[in-house]
Amino acid sequence: MNTEDYLWIVAGMGIVTYLPRWLPLAALNRTPMPEWLCRWLDLIPSAILGALLFPAVWTTGSPKHFMVLHPASLAAIPALWTAIKTRSLGWTAVIGMAVYWLLETWAPAWMHTP
Amino acid sequence: MTASVPNALSSGTLASIRRGMHAALPICMGYLPIGIAFGVLAQKAGLSMIQIGLMSLMVFAGSAQFIAVSMMQDAAAGISIVVTTFIVNLRHLLMSSSLAAVMPPTGIAKLSLFAYGITDESFALNHPRFIDGDWDIRSALALNHTANAAWVLSTMIGGYGGRMIPDRAFGLDYAMTAMFICLLVYQMRGKWYVATALIAGVTSTLMSLWFEGNVHVLAASVIGATTGYVLQRTSLRKAAATQSSHPSTSKDDA
Repeated sequence: MNTEDYLWIVAGMGIVTYLPRWLPLAALNRTPMPEWLCRWLDLIPSAILGALLFPAVWTTGSPKHFMVLHPASLAAIPALWTAIKTRSLGWTAVIGMAVYWLLETWAPAWMHTP
Repeated sequence: MTASVPNALSSGTLASIRRGMHAALPICMGYLPIGIAFGVLAQKAGLSMIQIGLMSLMVFAGSAQFIAVSMMQDAAAGISIVVTTFIVNLRHLLMSSSLAAVMPPTGIAKLSLFAYGITDESFALNHPRFIDGDWDIRSALALNHTANAAWVLSTMIGGYGGRMIPDRAFGLDYAMTAMFICLLVYQMRGKWYVATALIAGVTSTLMSLWFEGNVHVLAASVIGATTGYVLQRTSLRKAAATQSSHPSTSKDDA
């Protein structure tokens, strides 16, 4: 990717990320958001993370297809357990990556799809 | 009592900053493996160490950065990367307004600097401390910027070391998935959050089989949150109705 395009993309990402972080604080809470919007926004993180996570765990290959048992879904089990027990981002990442790596290396051939 | 002696003031400021930095340490430990993994993947996608550091500095949002890099690798259009980033990071809107409700009056300059460092992790630490009243803006700024420095540095370390690491080594491809799992666990504060995540997740998975690109993430998030909201509202209304007829029997963990 050329440098100028990259700079534009990163600047755009920076602005659209900063604005939602800044606006409510800058408005100094003088105009509280309506109740329904708060409730909806409160569910947005769960929705986004679910929408990001599930396809990463249960689809694979190109073109994409559904797959229940493969390294990504199996490694999610110890990662989930670690996240619940430790509530630590670092440990969840380390355990998830380690188990995934072992499975990628040692899992039977039928688990690997092109 | 107030600091007429400059030294007393500055030692108070230093103590606040030290408290903030100390509170940031667990975040830094978490950012280290994730940041290094991100740096390596970004390096494999063709970004230089400087480009990686610049993105971490300007965006400072792990999930969006992972997604942006994978979209760049698929040669996605710049505008779709920016729009996806916007949607994925919209969740900071609520964190920011929750913080605005509990923070003491603070100047706009400090607030603007503080806003930059609002992440899932810093919010989880700053918000309860402000509620306890045992926390000031200097500590909060120190916490945010210590975490930010750890993120920028660890992603750059990954970017630097990336060329020495073979493709697909150490399970680095799984860093993003593991991060999503942990962040999702943080969110699971009741049945409606679980229901919303399940609806969005299943919708997203099905849509991803039919649609190219990242459209499924955005569409499924909106569908999931809206469905979860409607279900919650219906259930709360039903509970309120039964409560008014049988005042003793209603317990709902909304």
